Amino acid sequence: MSRTAVVVGSSVAGVRTAQALTAGGFEGRVLVIGAEDAEPYDKPPLSKHFLTGAWAAGRLSLLNGGPSDERIELRLGAAAEHLDVADKQVRLADGTRIPYDVCVIATGASARPSPWAARDGVHVLRTLGDGAALRRDLLRGGEVVVVGGGFVGAEVAAAARGLACRVTIVDPLLDPMARVLGPAVGPLLTGIHERHGVRTRFGTGVVAIEGTSGDLRVCLDDGAVLPAATVVVGIGAVPNDGWLRSSGLDVANGVLCDEYCRAQGTQDVFAAGDVARWPHPRHGDHVRVEHWTNAVEQAACVARNIVRPDEPVPYRPVEYVWSDQYDWKIQIAGSPARATDHTVIGDLTGDRPRAAVAYTDAAGRLAAAVTLNWPRALVTCRRLLAAEAGFTEALAELDRPARARPAGRRP
Amino acid sequence: MPILRADKGACQGYANCVVAAPDVYDIDDDGVVVLLKESVPEEDRQRVEEAARSCPVSALAVEDE
Repeated sequence: MSRTAVVVGSSVAGVRTAQALTAGGFEGRVLVIGAEDAEPYDKPPLSKHFLTGAWAAGRLSLLNGGPSDERIELRLGAAAEHLDVADKQVRLADGTRIPYDVCVIATGASARPSPWAARDGVHVLRTLGDGAALRRDLLRGGEVVVVGGGFVGAEVAAAARGLACRVTIVDPLLDPMARVLGPAVGPLLTGIHERHGVRTRFGTGVVAIEGTSGDLRVCLDDGAVLPAATVVVGIGAVPNDGWLRSSGLDVANGVLCDEYCRAQGTQDVFAAGDVARWPHPRHGDHVRVEHWTNAVEQAACVARNIVRPDEPVPYRPVEYVWSDQYDWKIQIAGSPARATDHTVIGDLTGDRPRAAVAYTDAAGRLAAAVTLNWPRALVTCRRLLAAEAGFTEALAELDRPARARPAGRRP
Repeated sequence: MPILRADKGACQGYANCVVAAPDVYDIDDDGVVVLLKESVPEEDRQRVEEAARSCPVSALAVEDE
């Protein structure tokens, strides 16, 4: 008898799960349900090439029409409202009930809403619609204030600068990037903004945003008031798990899963991507990861565990995320936040340094690495992290290519 | 045999392909993808397609002859 896999969410995790199911030998029907009307699209370019106009929306498509894509059924513009685990059905907002044999929760995350309300002109950036609206406003020109100095904020600032806007970034932390990059690299990224003419007000919080699009005022906690035509608030994301509240699943900042990415207490419900929280074997606690590569790798693992239920594999990825800011390529593997110490390989100075920072943990292993403009070193680090290499061994291996080619050379 | 294609202009050096299929993909010192093979045997198709799908800028394709 033919089985039906229902993937809830047209996110990259949802689409890649569906693709991996059809390509990986799942014989039955594969249906992807998406809340948005838009064909499934990819999100990283929204704060980069799409915002600058270098890429049109058509280039963001997650489906390429290959043989494994043709078998995927899409139901778009249909928000899931309830998951009935006992009866194995997904209920949509219009009341339709969709039965499943296996269900994958991949509803992703939403931008954390702005706590400051103005009539209009205050943007968040998460969806294609958000990106198009922000781009329209940026093209008018004028002052832009970006609230939040994380990845999205920094990339939006760089893109807005590229569109000739005057840009200020505000963040309550003195060194906002240090959270993800560690103390060795964080301050460099403050410098790169300033070098590109973007003003930073780090260590300063926002107390209110007033006015209307084209004529906004951002009030800071030091008493300053920044005029702005457009404001972008990039202060993180929240998992889209509210629709599961009635399901009986264990949901708390994401869907609690086992190490095989199965929702806790179920056999036929899985979760992948931003919405999944699972026990990472290497970290010894539950993690939820919002990175693109995690969504893709977790999707592949979930599909594999669905197709081969007799030999499930635990999900134990090496975290990987990148950020493109101005002409810098910043790549991070592992979690610098868990590190105890670090060593710099190469030279961090200069307008476009080519260097790596390797982080170690209490057990003396390589715990994480951040590379600047040096993708090859990052590949080495991802391999060493997966092998749980010792820190000394990792440094020796990283030092070889560093010596072979002097740091700081431009490509 | 499935034929491998890479768009070197689109490649951004994210290198997910190298991690997923190091016998097929590599990157050079400037962070641009290098194909180590022109084609792969049919039994490798699924694994290599998965590596191609892990490219954040869709620079890789696995095509039929």
